[in-house]
Amino acid sequence: MKPCYIHSATSISAQPTFESDVLHFEMIAPTQEKIEAIHPNYKDFMSPIALRRMATGVKMGVAAATKALQLSNTPQPDAILIGTGMGCIEDTEKFLNAMIANEEEFLTPTAFIQSTHNTVGAQIALGIKCKAYNNTYVHGALSFESALLDAQLMLQNDEATNILVGGVDELGTEFVDAVRMMEDKTPDGIKCPIGEGASFFVLSSKYKNESVQLVDVIGYSSISQESLTKKTHTFLHQNNLSFSDIDALILGANGDAFDTFYDEFASVFPETIPTLSHKQWSGEFFTASGFALFLSYEILKLGEIPSNLLQNKTAKSDIKTILLYNQFKGRDHSFMLLKSC
Amino acid sequence: MTSTSRNKTNSKGVAITGMGIISAIGNNLEANRKALLSSTPGVGDLKNINSKQGGQIKVGEVGFTNEELISILQLPKDNNFTRTALLGLVAAKEAAANADISNNDELRTGFISATSVGGMDMTERYFKVFETQPETQKFITSHYVGDSTQKIADVLNITGFVTTISTACSSAANAIMLGARLITAGKLDRVIVGGTDALSKFTINGFKTLMILSTEACAPFDADRKGLNLGEAAAYLVLESDDLVEKDNKKVLARVTGYGNANDAFHQTASSETGEGAFLAMQKALDISRLAPSQIDYVNAHGTATPNNDLSESIAIQRIFGETVPDFSSTKAFTGHTLAAAGVIEAVFSVVAIQEQTVFPNLNFKTKIPETGLVPATSLKRKKIEHVLSNSFGFGGNCSTLIFSKA
Repeated sequence: MKPCYIHSATSISAQPTFESDVLHFEMIAPTQEKIEAIHPNYKDFMSPIALRRMATGVKMGVAAATKALQLSNTPQPDAILIGTGMGCIEDTEKFLNAMIANEEEFLTPTAFIQSTHNTVGAQIALGIKCKAYNNTYVHGALSFESALLDAQLMLQNDEATNILVGGVDELGTEFVDAVRMMEDKTPDGIKCPIGEGASFFVLSSKYKNESVQLVDVIGYSSISQESLTKKTHTFLHQNNLSFSDIDALILGANGDAFDTFYDEFASVFPETIPTLSHKQWSGEFFTASGFALFLSYEILKLGEIPSNLLQNKTAKSDIKTILLYNQFKGRDHSFMLLKSC
Repeated sequence: MTSTSRNKTNSKGVAITGMGIISAIGNNLEANRKALLSSTPGVGDLKNINSKQGGQIKVGEVGFTNEELISILQLPKDNNFTRTALLGLVAAKEAAANADISNNDELRTGFISATSVGGMDMTERYFKVFETQPETQKFITSHYVGDSTQKIADVLNITGFVTTISTACSSAANAIMLGARLITAGKLDRVIVGGTDALSKFTINGFKTLMILSTEACAPFDADRKGLNLGEAAAYLVLESDDLVEKDNKKVLARVTGYGNANDAFHQTASSETGEGAFLAMQKALDISRLAPSQIDYVNAHGTATPNNDLSESIAIQRIFGETVPDFSSTKAFTGHTLAAAGVIEAVFSVVAIQEQTVFPNLNFKTKIPETGLVPATSLKRKKIEHVLSNSFGFGGNCSTLIFSKA
């Protein structure tokens, strides 16, 4: 089986991750309801005509993908795999609102055409005329992980050499408020802003100097809190690692009642391991783990966690192996294991 | 695993040990088989949705109302199942029973479902009252497309690898493809694959704006075709590893022997004139199956009956098969175009075609398309069928092809 290296990583997020080379994040106030991504100048990535029609998610996806392909010097990937939890919610809302307001009359097709979940993958393929394998995964908090899993499967089995993988979600304007309303109704709800973003990666079976390796990724539809430690142990064991081999943990805690899963998860690792919760910077959305993977990749490149991200936690130098864990409402658990090599 | 053993597995294909389906031509596998063998279409007037477009279109609707489906499935009154989840659960339960699955605990079992509308059938009813009517709020969390998949996985007690695919009208074909690849790579022992899509006002009006809805029963591959009929349906296949088939002494219904996915990279909704994406998908599937085009006995075409698709697909078929195009038909005049589910509806029909050694007719065909001169099968045809090729193409240029072979 061939290995899976990450040749490039880009992220458009609520932090200056896209245009800045320095990992310097500002924590978003947990009281903020939702947070937009910091948008780059999209004219650098697509024509003004194309731009006018594109919704936020498509713009973010095309720009992040274009830069990831450029950074890794990959004009034509062998596959384009996209994960998106809510899909093109902006155009979905636009068409739905027009349909309701005009009682099914005088509708135009543009928003409908671009409301399908595969629009980002399609627009990237169209932009670079890529006729290769093209797929879109839409399984809530496992959307991005599903795309990564398929990429890993393709590389391992030599079905492809270079693959573009991305996770993208846009805020939209209305449905997000219904989601927020439900979270705020209960003290157990999500306590960080709902966010958006696009994180893209070029994965390759070819080794490159100072590569970061995606050692493994796995998703589970459900795990009980009691069996979480066993599942974590099994996952590490399958990769010939033990709890003490991990140099840092990156967790998807969002302040809701299900954060107890993260406490349980972290409790079996040595206390000296730095633990970061990435959603305080990215906000919560179904493909926020793409941001977490980007962050992990950058930390492994540096070999250390920048001090402003540590928040009084003990610094640890020589970070070589990172384990990521995410879940949503006690469901859709995922582990991602990365190492520098 | 050595590449030799993998190639061996590839050429033999992945075993299908169970199927389940609910569509406009029947609420279970046997009813669908019967309708196909008696050339009885299920396309008619819209009944379950109160839409202004109702009088001007024909659709392939599942006979049951939501209330009937809830009662059949014995769900609690306060459930938040969307119609997409209800249809999916009926078909997935039948597939699991058909494969004689009792307990998933010991095995690495996965579930891969496809959908394009997800919970839109409920969202479009309550979008403007979510804030003010608390009884509608349970449908906020059922909007996203992964919801129906998760609900079905829970009933089937599948806790491991569960995911949802959405590539418009090729979605379910991609779900089957991923499942077959996971079994071939030895990552799973068993995987239930397929898809579900309910009709919604949203999709009806969306396709209406594209001006590709026919006012009458659709006529795939006909020179005077006027567009498509939308449909709703769900179906699933149970795929199992050869080790498991051997251990449980399972009956193999047919095998998935080829799969190909390519992108047309031409236009967001229209297919290219040369049918490039379709051509590449068929070519890749034939390569994986190691079959020559001449070994394909029947092509279950995508054949939506839109002017653009049928011409583009015909050209792609001619590019693959040359002068000797095998018997082909589109079964969309039976079921309507069931969008994300179409790939697995037609996978089930392809397996039934192998079981019955019968080509199903392309209903409503009269005149051949002048550019290609292709004539589909217009009546039931009994013949020796070893290999069936099935096409599914979607918006975004997503083209997928599957090949099914006699076990």
